[in-house]
Amino acid sequence: MDFLNAFVALANFVIIPAASYGSQLAIGALGVTLIYGILRFSNFAHGDTMAFGAMATILVTWGLQGMGVSLGPVPTALLALPAGIAITALLLLFTDWAVYSFYREQKAKPVVLVIVSMGVMFMMNGLVRFIIGPDDQNFADGERFIINARNFREMTGLSEGLAFRTSQGITILTAIIVVILLFWFLNRTRTGKSMRAYSDNEDLALLSGINPERVVQITWVIVAALATIAGVLYGLDKSFKPFTYFQLLLPIFASAIVGGLGSPLGAIVGGYLIAFSEVMVTYAWKKVITYTVPPEMAPDGLVQLLSTDYKFAVSFVILVIVLLFRPTGIFAGKSV
Amino acid sequence: MSQTTKNTLLFALVAALILLTGFERSWNVALGIVNMGLLSAIMALGVNMQWGYAGLFNVGVMGFVALGGLGAVLVGMPPVPDAWAAGGWRLIGGLLMGAAAIAAAIVAWKRLPQGWTRSLAVAAILIGGFFLYRAVFDSAVSAVEAVNPAATGYLGGLGLPIILAWPVGGLLAAGAAWAIGKTALGLRSDYLAIATLGIAEIIIAVMKNEDWMARGVKNVIGLPRPVPYEIDLQNSAAFTARMADWGVDPVAASSITVKLAYAALFLAVLLILIALAQLALQSPWGRMMRAIRDNEVAAEAMGKDVTKRHLQVFILGSAICGLAGAMMTTLDGQLTPGTYQPLRFTFLIWVMVIVGGSGNNFGAVLGGFLIWYLWVEVEPRGRELIELMTAGMADGSWLKVRLIESAAHMRLFVMGLVLLLVLRFSPRGLIPER
Repeated sequence: MDFLNAFVALANFVIIPAASYGSQLAIGALGVTLIYGILRFSNFAHGDTMAFGAMATILVTWGLQGMGVSLGPVPTALLALPAGIAITALLLLFTDWAVYSFYREQKAKPVVLVIVSMGVMFMMNGLVRFIIGPDDQNFADGERFIINARNFREMTGLSEGLAFRTSQGITILTAIIVVILLFWFLNRTRTGKSMRAYSDNEDLALLSGINPERVVQITWVIVAALATIAGVLYGLDKSFKPFTYFQLLLPIFASAIVGGLGSPLGAIVGGYLIAFSEVMVTYAWKKVITYTVPPEMAPDGLVQLLSTDYKFAVSFVILVIVLLFRPTGIFAGKSV
Repeated sequence: MSQTTKNTLLFALVAALILLTGFERSWNVALGIVNMGLLSAIMALGVNMQWGYAGLFNVGVMGFVALGGLGAVLVGMPPVPDAWAAGGWRLIGGLLMGAAAIAAAIVAWKRLPQGWTRSLAVAAILIGGFFLYRAVFDSAVSAVEAVNPAATGYLGGLGLPIILAWPVGGLLAAGAAWAIGKTALGLRSDYLAIATLGIAEIIIAVMKNEDWMARGVKNVIGLPRPVPYEIDLQNSAAFTARMADWGVDPVAASSITVKLAYAALFLAVLLILIALAQLALQSPWGRMMRAIRDNEVAAEAMGKDVTKRHLQVFILGSAICGLAGAMMTTLDGQLTPGTYQPLRFTFLIWVMVIVGGSGNNFGAVLGGFLIWYLWVEVEPRGRELIELMTAGMADGSWLKVRLIESAAHMRLFVMGLVLLLVLRFSPRGLIPER
């Protein structure tokens, strides 16, 4: 029995990947939940907004790389991030002006807005494919690892290696910063408070002199920032391919619903819950179990509950369980 | 202009567009558009039942269509006796054990008194059942998949005529719809959307990975056909003689004959479905559905069981999508799970329904044909447009190459644009509900 090695293997294959994936999901789900809270519809275009933001950032990154600018060990994409956010924010504000504002004035039913967002999704998807193509794009540069497996083994003398990639470190760090900033904004600033007031009760907010158009615009800008950050982090960590962003829609919505739609705290909890379950259910536990049990009890098979191809099934099953037993989510969200 | 004249004109316009393709390009392409247009119209009818009659938001059309395709394989392909001998029955037994564990868990949940014991018992049944199921199932799967993996490696089907697969495809889709409807109907409308989105992804994942069922991404090819093969027609003396009489090339004529035969079959199904759908819409049942859609609270107060009726129409609509899926797989002659894309099979159908006119069966049919025509035609037309635009640029300039390459992605953009324009300026669609 060797608990230290078991823990290192667990950290390497489960805790670190799930934490970074969870951070990406949480930031994505925050965007969905904000739109739901303020604009009151489920935005199907969110996955493609993430793809667009990541694409804008990639294009700026390539420009910077072409000019020879780099951040040393840190990916250049971080330097390009503000520009990517600005471009995405412009696009979303334009979409709101050209598409969504009409239905808001008409007080259309939420489900109509969902269908409208489907049209926006189509167009954004086409736009991204049109500009950057449907293929994989690699834009990560800088140092690949913070700790690499061989150095870790040499340093500690353990037989298990621990790899901690730069992208994972940046993801987790960025997620913490983003969450702190967002909560500070929502709870401490005047604008953030007016947003929450608008979300809680639209009519009352209007009576207290809150300008709804301004609230909506600020929401779109924040959503653009969240979507771009989530998209870029996911792209750095895995790789950028437009179609995978569309597929992220399911785990992101699952995170937001499990946490409670409209509740920012719920989105974060939901994101990590979905990510950890997905990784734990699809991980082959053989190594960890072999370290923790006496040698004669070591398993023969991989001890993998589900093959990785079914990772979407995990978010789905969690979603269904929550829908069955607690339809408003963990942190009772809205149920309009 | 009366509504009927307008509708006739709209249908005539679409027919003219397709005829134009026939004259300009080839009749093969035009008939291809007609066949897929017929299938799209059937799928649009199914979605229209759910959305137009009852206001249910189903974004899992792809999954139901794919299940129909699976039905075509399970019914139409000949069985693989070696695979059944190697572990087919064990595999079915494993699946039944899994189902029994779930059923036992549900019974335990309903019968036992509320409390910790109940939760623990249900969890124990589920976890124990899962490992038992995996133990039986996994070994059977590897035995089945080891049987001649290059050609079969799956259990095969029942070897029945493939026409029988169409209703079976519908039944499979209906089963999935029942399970998902039981969970998500009665909750908020967005939840059904997310749940159907998820189930569609899972159905595709299962079909891609469970090789014992339909060979997964190795694809099942050479499905039997309900119509003659081109090569048989070309070899038949009667056929070649008649074509020679008419003065047509028998090779080209054979492929057109086959396409026409499919078109006739599909048209028959479409006409039956439209007749049924129209009758249903104008019956007391249809009026009740629309009443529920327009005001759930009032309908419930009148003693209608809203959740049950929703479940009913959700299953019906999904079954029609499954039927169309089985027909499509029959037309293709192969099942290729890798080609099911949500943008193509879910959202495109939605564009058809919205553009055609939700709540109106003829609108859905018109939308099916029109949007499928656009989907096929936008790519070549877009390329022509871009070539025209870039004609002045130097050959080989990167921008020109890039623009011509990306013309292929125009269709998604155009579909989104069409959807948004219709929603904005004519939200009731081309043929509005009466």
